Parts: sequence; C-alpha cells; structure tokens
Amino acid sequence: MSEQIDITVTVNGEARSASVEARRTLADVLRDEFGLTGTHLGCEHGVCGACTVLVDGAPARSCLMLGVQADGADVTTVEGLATDHGMSTLQEAMWERHGFQCGFCTPGFLMQATALLQENPHPTEFEVREALSGNICRCTGYQSIVDGVLQAARSTTDHPQEADQVSASQVEL
Amino acid sequence: MTPEEEGPAPFIGRSIPRVEDDRLLRGQGRFIDDLQIEGMLEVAFLRSPVAHARIHEVDLTAAAGLPGVVAVYNAAALVGRVEPLLNSEELRIPEGIRSTIDPVVRIQPMPLLASGEVNYVGQAIAMVVAESRYLAEDALEVIDVRYDELPAVIDPEAALEEGSPRVLLEAEDNIGIHLEHGTGDVDQALRSAAVIVEDTFASQRYVPSPMECRGIVAHRDPFSGRLTVWSNTQTPHRVRGHIASCLGLPADDVHVVAVDVGGGFGQKGILVVEELLIPLVAQDLGRPVRWTEDRQENLTAGSHAREQIHHITAAADESGRLLAVRDRFVVNLGARNMVGLVVPYNSLCHLIGPYRVPNVQIEATGALTNTMFTSPYRGAGRPEATFAMERIMDRLAAKLEMEPAELRARNVVTPQEMPYQTGLLDRRGLTQQYDSGDYPEMLDRAVKMIDLPRVRTEQQKARVDGRYVGVGFAMYLEATALGPFEGAKVSVLPSGRIRIHTGAPSQGQGHRTTFVQIAADALGVEMGEIELVAGDTATIPFGVGTIASRALVTAENAIHQAAVLVRQRILDSAAELMEVDPADLEIADNQVVVKGSPGSAMSLAELMRAIPMTQGGSGRDGLSEVSYFQPPNYATSSGLHAVVVEVQPATGRVEILDYVVVHEAGRIVNPQIADAQIVGGTAQGIGGALLEHMQYDEAGQPVTSTFMDYRLPTVDTVPDIRLAEVVCPSPTNALGVKGLGEGGAVGPPAALANAVEDALSPFGVVIHSCPLTPDRLWALLRAGRATER
Repeated sequence: MSEQIDITVTVNGEARSASVEARRTLADVLRDEFGLTGTHLGCEHGVCGACTVLVDGAPARSCLMLGVQADGADVTTVEGLATDHGMSTLQEAMWERHGFQCGFCTPGFLMQATALLQENPHPTEFEVREALSGNICRCTGYQSIVDGVLQAARSTTDHPQEADQVSASQVEL
Repeated sequence: MTPEEEGPAPFIGRSIPRVEDDRLLRGQGRFIDDLQIEGMLEVAFLRSPVAHARIHEVDLTAAAGLPGVVAVYNAAALVGRVEPLLNSEELRIPEGIRSTIDPVVRIQPMPLLASGEVNYVGQAIAMVVAESRYLAEDALEVIDVRYDELPAVIDPEAALEEGSPRVLLEAEDNIGIHLEHGTGDVDQALRSAAVIVEDTFASQRYVPSPMECRGIVAHRDPFSGRLTVWSNTQTPHRVRGHIASCLGLPADDVHVVAVDVGGGFGQKGILVVEELLIPLVAQDLGRPVRWTEDRQENLTAGSHAREQIHHITAAADESGRLLAVRDRFVVNLGARNMVGLVVPYNSLCHLIGPYRVPNVQIEATGALTNTMFTSPYRGAGRPEATFAMERIMDRLAAKLEMEPAELRARNVVTPQEMPYQTGLLDRRGLTQQYDSGDYPEMLDRAVKMIDLPRVRTEQQKARVDGRYVGVGFAMYLEATALGPFEGAKVSVLPSGRIRIHTGAPSQGQGHRTTFVQIAADALGVEMGEIELVAGDTATIPFGVGTIASRALVTAENAIHQAAVLVRQRILDSAAELMEVDPADLEIADNQVVVKGSPGSAMSLAELMRAIPMTQGGSGRDGLSEVSYFQPPNYATSSGLHAVVVEVQPATGRVEILDYVVVHEAGRIVNPQIADAQIVGGTAQGIGGALLEHMQYDEAGQPVTSTFMDYRLPTVDTVPDIRLAEVVCPSPTNALGVKGLGEGGAVGPPAALANAVEDALSPFGVVIHSCPLTPDRLWALLRAGRATER
C-alpha cells in the first residue's frame, strides 16, 4: 500500500480536503472521496473521454491524472454545471436535441463542450466536431450531440446574460 | 383499447422530450459503480494469460495474507457448492426446430472459475475480495499459477478440420452447433438458372463495447436475510432465476434491481460467471460486495460477437429473378457454446431478408475456438447474414450488368403478398411469416433520396478526373418482439399518482418516456402523473428483459393491457361511490368526473382512500393490475441503407458522401427517440464497416485489448445520416408497433462494402470482409492492379 498524502482541491467552487494514496487517480478521488459520481470511467486509459473534468479551466482526463496532482487546483465536474438558476444552456440544449441516450459518456461530452464554448463561444460545426473528436459515445452516432452544442452556442448568442451566468461562476480561463 | 372517447391528442406518435434526462445531465445518474454501501468490498479476477493450458496449483496463500484482502477463491473453493454456468433460457431448442430440423447443439457449461484447464485468454481462474479494488488488484500479482500450455486453435474453419487441436480437452471435436434447413429444391433450381454467382463473405469479430462496462453489487440484508443484487443487466428476472438456482435459494429471496445502465447492446443480456460469483461471495461474507469490470476485461473477457464466414451461392434467371440461394456458414462460438442457436438461427432466418426466394438451402456450423465466447450483439446474426446476402446480390447485379437497385426491385416481396411466408421455420420453430412491410416503397424512396441517376452521372465524370465514387444498398429485415412474454403492473398509488412496473429495464432507450406515453393514453391521465420502475424483480413476479428489439412491443402492449383494465376499475369503483353509471364517467386532469358536470369530480387520491372503506364492495384493491403480453408472431421491421462514398485509391481512405436510411417499424411511439435509435445503430454499424475488429494472434493472444487498438467510431467517422420512414402498422398487436433497436446496426457493413466495391470497380476489387480500413483496401487495390481485369 502506498503512502497517504493530504490534498486540498477546489471542486465546483468549494474547497475539499482528503488524505489519499498517491496512486489513486483523480477520477477515483472525485468519485470515492468526494462522492461526485457524475464523472464516469469508460476506459481508464485516456481514450474514451467519459471522465473528462476541467482542471484550472482546461479539459483533462481524470483517469490519467493522479488525485495528488490536483492538489491546489480548481476542478469542475459535471455536478458543477448547473446552478441555482437551473441547468446550463448546454445542458438544456443537450436535452432538447436528445444529445444522449444512456447518459454514461454525457458528463465527459458536457465538460469537453463547456471548455470549447468558453474558449470559442461561436464555433462552427467543424470546430465542434474537432473539439469532440476525442470523446466516444456508443448510443447517439454523435449527430445529436453536435446539434446540441451548436444550439447552445446559438442560445448564447441570443441570450448573452444567461450564458455568462452559467459559465463565469464555474470556470476560469 | 376501450372505445375511443373525445379527449386530448394521444401521446403516442409525439416526440415527447425524455423525462429521464434531468438526473443524467446533472451527473446524478445511479450506475452500478456509483452505488455506495457502508462496508462494501471489491472484487478483482485473475484471468488466464494463455489461450489453452492445463493449470496446476492455483496458490492463493500469498494473496490471502496481503493487507486488506478479505477472501480469496479458486475453483477448489467452489467444489460441491455451485454448478457451472448454463444460459438455460437461451439454450432451449424450440420443439418445431427440434422435430423438423433436429439440430446438433452441444452445450459446454462454463465453470465459474477455471479448473484444470483454461480455454481462452481472459477466463477467470481466481477471485480476490478486498477492502478496495486497488488492494484486490495488488493481490492478483502474487497468485501463483502454473500453466502447461496446449495447442490453441483460433480460426473457426481450421477448428473444424480433421486433426485440429481440441479447444476443450474432454470434447470429441470442436463442433458446438450444426444444422441444415431450407425450402424447395436448390439443386434443381441451380440446374435451370441462367446466372449463378458464388463467393465467400465474412464478418469479423466485434466487441459490443457499451461505454459502461459490466458490473454487479450484491448484499445480504441482515434484517430480512434476503439477497439484493444490483446489476447492469438487460434481463433482471433471468439473473434472479440463475442466482437463486446457483445458490440454492428460493427465487423470492433474491431481489435483482436493474440500475441506470450505460448501454448494453446485448453484451449485458446474457448471464456470465461474475453474476453468480459476486452474490456467492456476498452470501459467504455477509458484507456488500461489488465487481466492476474494467475496459481491458471487457474487451478480452466480456462477450464478443459476429465472426461468421458465409460461402454463399445465388442463382437467377436472365431477368434477375432469384431462383435459389444456398449458404454454408460457420459461426465462431469461442471457447464455449454459451447461447445455443440464438445467433446462428437468427442469421439463418434473416438471410433471404426482403427477397422472394423459392429455393433455399442453409447449413450452419458453430465452431469452438480458443477465444472469448461470442453472444448476441445488436443485430445478433442479422448483420452477418445481411452482409453475405447483400454482397452476393451486388455480385449478381454485376454479372447481369444490372443496376443493383433494379435487381433488388425485381425481387422484393410486395405489400400485396403480406403476410408473406418464406417456407422456412422462424426462431420459435413455427412457420416464418412477415406480418407487414412495404419494401418496394422503401427502395423507391432511397433511390430518390440519394438521386441515383445523378450519382451515376457524377460517378462517370469523377472517374475521368481520377476520382472514385460508388453507391451501395443494403436491405434487411428485423424480426422483433421476441417472446415468450413481458409483463406490466399498473397501479394507482395512495397519492393518486400512477406507477408502472415491468421487467424490461432501459439501457438508454428511454423507457421512462415511451412506456409512460402508452400508459397515459390508455388511462387518460397526463404523463407527469405516471412513473415507471423497470427491472426490479420485487415489484413484478415475472419478466424477460430488454433484448432482441422486443421491449417496446412486448412491454408496451403489456402496459397498455394493464392500463386499460385499471382505467375500467377506476371508473367502476368511482361509479359505485358516486352512485352513477360508469359509462357516465370520464377521467380528466387526474380526476374522475361525471361527463358534462365538472363540479362532480373525485380525485384518484380520494378514490384510493375510499376503497378500504367501501361498503358492499369486494374489498379488493381494484386499482392495480398485472398483465402479460405474449406476442402471437414476430413484428417484422425492415430497413434500407443507401450510401455514396468516395475512395482514394492512393491511400485506401473511404469518405462517406451521403448516407440515407429508410426504415419501417410499424407505428412509432416517439419519433425523436425512434430516430435516435436508428441513427445510433447505424453509427455502430458504420464503426464495424470501417474500423472495429477484435483480433487475436495465432497463439490466441488478443491484440486489440484497448480502445487505442479496438477502434470505435468517433464524431469524425459518422456522417450526418438522413432518415426516411415508411409506416406499416403491425397486425400482431393492439398498438401496431414493432421493435427497432437493432435494425440500424444491420445495414452498414453490407451497404458500405457494396459502395466501396462499386467505387473501385475499375480496379476489379471484390470486398469479402470488413472493416474497410485504408490498409486493407490499399492491399486489395494493389492486388487488383496486379491482376487487372
């Protein structure tokens, strides 16, 4: 058994501390120590993207990162996307466009797309596809996911206030 | 349904947004790995690293002494306690098939942990139970096993040869299944045929690869003594039965609950050894126990699929009218025959598909090999058969110098011939009969949608510029609504809300929406007043599950039946209390009201409260009903894929320029959900056509055991898919519905292979198998150039 190390991570805006084994992945720390089971493990070797979270605003595969490496970092998980005002524009758009079926890969897509829309609020379809090309979904065939992200981008254009409210509080870039 | 009454538009047929989505979008799903029970232990398996060996001395001593290890098991620890695994439901041979075809079906039960011999890489040998998965995996490292390696056979046709190494030392040969079935006289038809084509078309090995791997949690409740099992199974009642018989418990003392499931696609629809071992450990230790499969386990030791080789012959007259089809095919069963006739027979009875073929002869052989066993995966034998049939149709069209779409038009069964009998037996061993469909219309639509004449013109122009464009079609049928039954319980709750229970859980299909749409219509209440609990064995005595494109037809008809009865009970009970004629009552806004007298309302909650106090009534709770639906025949859906591709001869790269799917699946309950099923299935099929290939080396080592090597389609692979729909309501059930979950996955390999071959026809390339990866196509092109026709 490896040694326990104390870490403090800001998760969804809240400072969380834990004593974890050095070998524990960030995904396992989020899920087991912090009870945030919305982050899903699809392959545990960094290919499928289901476990994507934002670390200091940038998408990261939480299965390829150790929990101890996140010490001092600002982490956003899928549980941090909705606010008291409701789900994010992206979450709403994914619902309206039927952008998932089983919902297992969805948290990873949501985090990846959230990062994209932060960096590029008005992406082209090509840019959306490029940004999502490292995430695997077995249910949808992707069309509806791309449609959802594009709709979210359009909604952001239509209602800039709402979009700001969704993202700025959670994600720093 | 009860006589139609005036009221709001029915929910059936509307794209109601899914009601299950909110939790999933917020990261609040409850998948198997999300369950946390105080004191839960975790399990890891030691799996065979070799394809075939005698094993000795599975020494657990060192592992047992490691920190955090609570228990260790090998085969010796199970002796006399549990029987090997048999998928008894799947291994049943229907009487009609037994008496008419008399197939050879040899069963090889799967030991829960290997004893004396391992037969494939990934076979479970030992099991460690520890305080965490990390600690359990640590302990695997120190388990000592001695392997005396034996010859392994990987290729299914080699396995059938005389003198092949035996996959199982005790078996007489490597044959798991053999059967022949047909209609008419193929030999005579071949003698009179103007054109005969024959070739070999193979489907490669796939892994269904749901994004969530398999998993199970078991816990014996110290208060009741009952065993609760949470599983991401597609068939919870079957899991209950197997666990109960394996552990010697009454089925009533095993409670199986299907949780949120991250895709199944068939891989979670059969019983596996882990599903019996985890409950056993929970019983032994009196603590909650979990096993979560990891991806490498899933790719190597979760069931595989497809892998068939078809040697097919088609004969036609000079106008292209099919006279006969003969097919001799081999299925790679893997190291055990785990699901009997299911896949081979599904291939057999879907082979001729939408075509009128008077003479048919099919021989199917299931070969054992030292590989992971294979089981149904979305399509379950249909894609393999469709690949063979639709490829030979294009070879026939080429020989006749006929447009492939035209050849198909000349041979499809017409709506006037429905219900159509093929002359073969269906999976139940009864006369195979297509219930409804309009194949000519589908073909017509597809040809128009891709604008075939324009594609042909552009194909010619492109060739002048050194560009290679091709078009391919694939038609298929999908016999849906597999029996024998599904059940539903519909109850009015004390609050006046309605709850539905059924044995068919969802793995992403949206049952909480579609099933509720049906109940809302039958009851006359709003969808928001109804909730669904699916796949909890404590809430409905019997169930089958969500497999074989069956849930929508079987469960929804059961729900419909039960809801109609409950509605009548509501009206009768209210009539008694309100002292009016039931015919004068209606249900509106979750209340029972006297027609034309809105002030007279009685809410369902008031009605429920009144029932125990009703004088003179029967005293029984009349507002709850269980109903079982037994489909009288298959509801046969159909599909047609038409695809236009461009292939770069220099690199072998395939680009999809247009992809059209025309589908027919009876009355559609929720168009948005139905379309998504078709598109999602098609995307999986495209993955298999272009990328996916589970490969072993000659020694039986899996070489595609990560997602870097087993390549799934991504957003770059899948084009926008254009859909069109034809509706032929099924006469087999009151709702007129058919299943459609698998269909999309059936067409792509054949359609894309046909299109690629068409594009590369100037090079004389013939496509015999998928995936159509650049390197495989490039090799074919090089060979084609060498033998320029």
